[in-house]
Order: sequence, then structure tokens, then C-alpha cells
Amino acid sequence: MVKNQNEKWTLIISPNNKFKLNNFSKLLFKYKDLLFLFVKRDFVSQYKQTILGPLWFFIQPLLTTITFTVIFGNLAKIPTDGVPKILFYMSGITFWNYFADCVNKTCTTFVLNQGLFSKVYFPRIIVPFSVVMNNLLKFGIQFLLLLLFWLYFYFSTKEINPNYTISFLPLLVLIMALLGLGLGMIISSLTTKYRDLTFLVSFGVQLMMYASPIVYPISLVSYEYKWLIFLNPMTSVIETFKYGFLGHGEHEFIWLLYSIVISIIVFFVGLVIFNKVEKSFIDTV
Amino acid sequence: MESILKIENVSKQYRLGLVGTGTLSHDLNRWWSRIRGKEDPYLKIGSTNDRNTIDSEYVWALKGINLDIKKGEVVGIIGRNGAGKSTLLKLLSQVTNPTSGEIKIKGRIASLLEVGTGFHPELTGRENVYLNGAILGMSKIEIASKFDKILDFSGIGRYIDTPVKRYSSGMMVRLGFAVAAHLDPEILVVDEVLAVGDADFQKKCIAKMKEVASEGRTVLFVSHNMTSIRNLCKRGIVLESGLVTYVGNSNDAISYYLNQSKKNDNIIVSQIDSNLSVHNTGEAKFKSAFITNFENDNPVNELFYQEKFKIISKIEIYKDLENISISISLLNEFGETISYAYYANSRDLLELEKGQYIISFDMPIDLMPGNFALGLSIYHFYSGSTIDYIDYFYPFKVNKETNDKKKEYPWATVRGYVEMNNSWHVKKI
Repeated sequence: MVKNQNEKWTLIISPNNKFKLNNFSKLLFKYKDLLFLFVKRDFVSQYKQTILGPLWFFIQPLLTTITFTVIFGNLAKIPTDGVPKILFYMSGITFWNYFADCVNKTCTTFVLNQGLFSKVYFPRIIVPFSVVMNNLLKFGIQFLLLLLFWLYFYFSTKEINPNYTISFLPLLVLIMALLGLGLGMIISSLTTKYRDLTFLVSFGVQLMMYASPIVYPISLVSYEYKWLIFLNPMTSVIETFKYGFLGHGEHEFIWLLYSIVISIIVFFVGLVIFNKVEKSFIDTV
Repeated sequence: MESILKIENVSKQYRLGLVGTGTLSHDLNRWWSRIRGKEDPYLKIGSTNDRNTIDSEYVWALKGINLDIKKGEVVGIIGRNGAGKSTLLKLLSQVTNPTSGEIKIKGRIASLLEVGTGFHPELTGRENVYLNGAILGMSKIEIASKFDKILDFSGIGRYIDTPVKRYSSGMMVRLGFAVAAHLDPEILVVDEVLAVGDADFQKKCIAKMKEVASEGRTVLFVSHNMTSIRNLCKRGIVLESGLVTYVGNSNDAISYYLNQSKKNDNIIVSQIDSNLSVHNTGEAKFKSAFITNFENDNPVNELFYQEKFKIISKIEIYKDLENISISISLLNEFGETISYAYYANSRDLLELEKGQYIISFDMPIDLMPGNFALGLSIYHFYSGSTIDYIDYFYPFKVNKETNDKKKEYPWATVRGYVEMNNSWHVKKI
């Protein structure tokens, strides 16, 4: 049989397209405009028809910080290792919020976008990616606020001793992004069939916060249980940050490495599962 | 000719009923057989997509479809509700994946059924054009270069910088359509059944389709309207219960499709199956319809030339209705209406209590020899909203010879559908 040389197909749809990292990055590049438009859409539409507008980005962490300072700092009298309370809680909250938003908002990808997904094809992965990038924007703004407080305390007190670990910041953000995105993708893929998970997610994320050193310093945990807290990959992220910026906190390279490995694994597992589900989720959702 | 779209042995299985209970156990079962290197146990079962028989939880919406579409072809896809048309379109637009088989496509495929999907109400028209264009697969530069044309085509004008939530639904559709129309795909898919909007908009859709076709690009057209299929398409494909049952030129495909109900037998079917309703609100339902000559009231499906006949239909009313009208249309073999009559043109409107009614209609005209069918509808007269509508039912034939066999229609090809009253005046001037 003579093979037709003209048959060059641009697209082949078959039941099980195997996940290939190469294809995936090509798709992401091809649809980069869509990615940025989604980020812009979510950012712009978030505070439309509000009086304070983007100011809410500052108000949210500020109010939470005040609440935590009053309840955990003043009423429960949990120590903060000599770090000014406001700074201690705010750094925890800013970091935690980024991670929590990444998980909470990507895990509804399929269910929320059902209408759109059932009509048009574009790589579904664009949606969780845009959520993570949108949150990064928000994180950036909130980090500026944190930086403002940090500068104030840096010049007015002698409690803050930053060191070279400060340069790890981009790495820390990347770890959180990969972890949040990965978890979000796994959960969103599973919720297309098993809706039970939706109930668990927000509860689980909240619970995870208490398993991270946000409202308490890691030094409060006794030595033999410390590894348990460090098993949570978010712990060393927060601790490394606190160590670098504030000079307090326990930063160990081995645990940071552990967080990096875990976040990469979670991210790739998420990618593979997401890629599998996006082909047929519309039949089960 | 070069193939642009090839569908090879494509099947799609759906699971009926609620997804939820039993999913986990089925998934585990699948996973277990995969580990042992066996086939998916649920792919073996499954009945064809016949909505009335219940023998399995799994159903094949499409089974073993093979199609080869050439570049520049305009192909019509016809089939009853549930024949698998929408599933095929879903597979083509990559919204869902086939269960087995392969679809190969050359170039960009776009469909006109996704008009305005992904519009965000808070964003302005301009922002939405960019967003929608990107969703459909255009790059930012591409949209920017076409933006003026899109704006012009949509007729939105100075509203373009207003959030689309302030738009009327018509404006929204126009803007969405303008974006989709400028996508310039190699393959265009149009689903007329799902096309929203007023008649004007639908005309625009069709015009765009013709334009695309004349540029030598490929069009797949799904419709219930046989006239537009016949006018626009060269090739026709008939889908029936998830199978391709006919591929050929569009005229043949249409007559094949319209005679599907007749082909299995010579038994006259006068009962109207509930899946024959094109539209039904549940307030009333046509139960049966047939034609009969004036000898007795028995159904016939063949008439002699110039034989008088009447249409008798049974209808059930489920709730008291007033200001109701009923219409009867005569359709030719292509499903086109050739004559139409409605109740209110002769009398006052109907007031119907709950119950069953027999409607009888004496046909005042003579039909030319050929194949015909009936269309029936009951509707609210003032609002014009349809209660029940049967599109192509009870195919019947008018023969060439008259009842007494003394006279016969004199020409080999039949001219027209309806016989005119002859009244000639010839005078020398």
C-alpha cells in the first residue's frame, strides 16, 4: 500500500492522548495570550463596583493580622519569639493566603467553568495557571504592605536581623505556587466525579494552617514532634522566610529540599491527572 | 481531492442515569482489569442509542463512524433528535474525547454554536472581544488586526466600551457572532438547531456560511431544515441511532432521511410517537394523524390523481386552553412546506377543555403526482408560541392515474406540487 505523503494532520483526536511535557509547554506558549487575558479578567472584575476597589487587597490581610494579634497574641498569649506581633502574624498570613487561595480557587476549575468548557476547546490547564498568576499579583501587592511594616520595624526596633536567606524569596514563592497548583489540579480533577471533596477542601486547608507555624512559632513545638510539623511542606517555606527576613525561625536546608521535592511531585501528579480528566470530564461532571 | 477531516471508526459511549452511586465501584473494577491487562469490562456492553429500549446502563451515542471530508466540501448532517449529531459535533470541537477511534483534522476548526461563550458581564465589549477571540484560539495580534472589521460587522458602535452586562441579548449575540465570524477557520461547523437569535441573525449565519464555502473552505452544516440543507450542501450524511446510514449527494440523503419511517414496512403508521415532536410544552399532544379518502375513514397512504381527501387527527389536551389555533401544512418530499392552512382564518379561535378531540380537515386542493407528508402544529394564537409541533409525518403518495383509471397525468416530469384551477380566456385582438 502506498502511503499518502500529503497526509499531514495538524490535529489528531483519539481516546487517550498520553501526557507529554513537550506538548504541554507548546500549548501553554500557544495560548499565552489567553492566559494573560484570563489573569486580567479576574483581576479587573474582582473589585468592579466596589467603592474601595483594589484597596481591599490591603484591608483583608490587615484585618486578619489585627484579629490574630488580638486573639492569639493578646488573649491566648502565644509568644512570637520576640518578633513584633504584627510583623509575625502578617508574614504568616501573607504567605499562607497565597497558598490557600491557590488551592481553594483552582480546585473549582471544572465545576465553575462547566458552561465554557462544554462549548469550546482550549487547554483547560490555562484556567488554574491563570488563577495562580492572578494570586501572585495579589501576593505581590500584599507583600509590599508587609515590606512597609517590615521597614518600619527594622528601623524602629533592634529585633529584626535579616540575613542572606532573604534571597530565597523567589524560590519560596515558586514552591508555594507549584504546591497550590498541584493540589488544586488534583482536587479539581477528582471533584468532577466525586463532589464530596468540595466539602473537605476548605476545611482541610484551614486545618493545614494550624499544622503550619502561622499563629505560633515553631520553637513552641517540642523537639520530638517538630518533624511532624516539618512534614507539612509549607512549614519550611514559612520558616525560611521568617529566618531570612526576621532573623527568627528555624531554617534547615534538608527540610527546604524536602519541600521542593514534594512540591514538584505534587505538581506533576496534578498535571498528569488534570490532563487525563480534561478529555472527558464533560461526560461525568 | 485532499482530505481535510477524517473520522476513523469513532465511537462514543455514555453512561445513563445518575453519575454518583456506583461510580467508585465501576472505576475500581476498570482499574483492576487494567492492572491484569484485560479490556475495560464496561466497553463490551452497551446498546445502540435507541431511547426506548432499556437493556444496559451504557449507551453508544456513536458507534463506528467513518467519514472522509474533502477540502472545500459543504456537507449537511441530518438525523432525528438523538441520532448522535450533537455528540459528533462535541467530538469535533474537542469538548469531549471519543471512547475509541480517531479523528484527524487539518487546520483550524471553529463552530458557530459557541457564539459569545466566555463573555464576562463585567468587562467591556472591547475587552470581551479580545477574551472571546483568545478563547476561540486567536492570538492577540490577530484580534487587534481584525478588531475594526469585527466592530463594524457587529454594529455595536459606541457601546463597545460599555460593560456587556448593559447590552441587550441581541447585541451580545451580534458581538459574539462578529468574533466567531472573523476566526477564518479551515473548517466551519454550523449547528442550526442550536443557533440562537432572531431570523435576521440566522440569515446572517447562513450568509456567512455561504461566503466561507465560496472561498473554498470546508463547512459542516447540521440542521433540521431540509430546504437549507438542499440549498447549501452538495453532500449529505444521515445519522441514525449513532450510525451513519447514508452518505451521498444531499438530495438523495434528504429523501433517504425523510423516508426512514416508511422504509421498514408498508404498514401505515398513523400513531404519532412522542419523539416526533420537534417542540412540545406538555399542554397538548397530537396522538395520531392520517389522510383518508371520502369512501370510509380508513387511513390510506396512496391517493389517485385528483382524488379528494381529508386529514383526520386526534389530539389530547392536558389542560384547559383558550385562544388556540391549529395548523396543517403539506410538505413535499424534501420537507418543504408547499401549502398551509390554520384554523383561525376560517372561524373564531378554539377554546379547548381537557380531553381528547378529533380534528378533521377537508383538503380543498388537488395535489400533483408525487410524494408528500404532513406537518401539524397547535399554538397560542396571540403570542404565536407553539404547544406541539410535528414536522414531517405520514408520508403519502399521489399516483399518476385517476381513480377511474381513465385519465392519467399527461407528462413524464411532474410540474409543481399543487394543481391550479383552470380558467382561460383567449381572445383575438
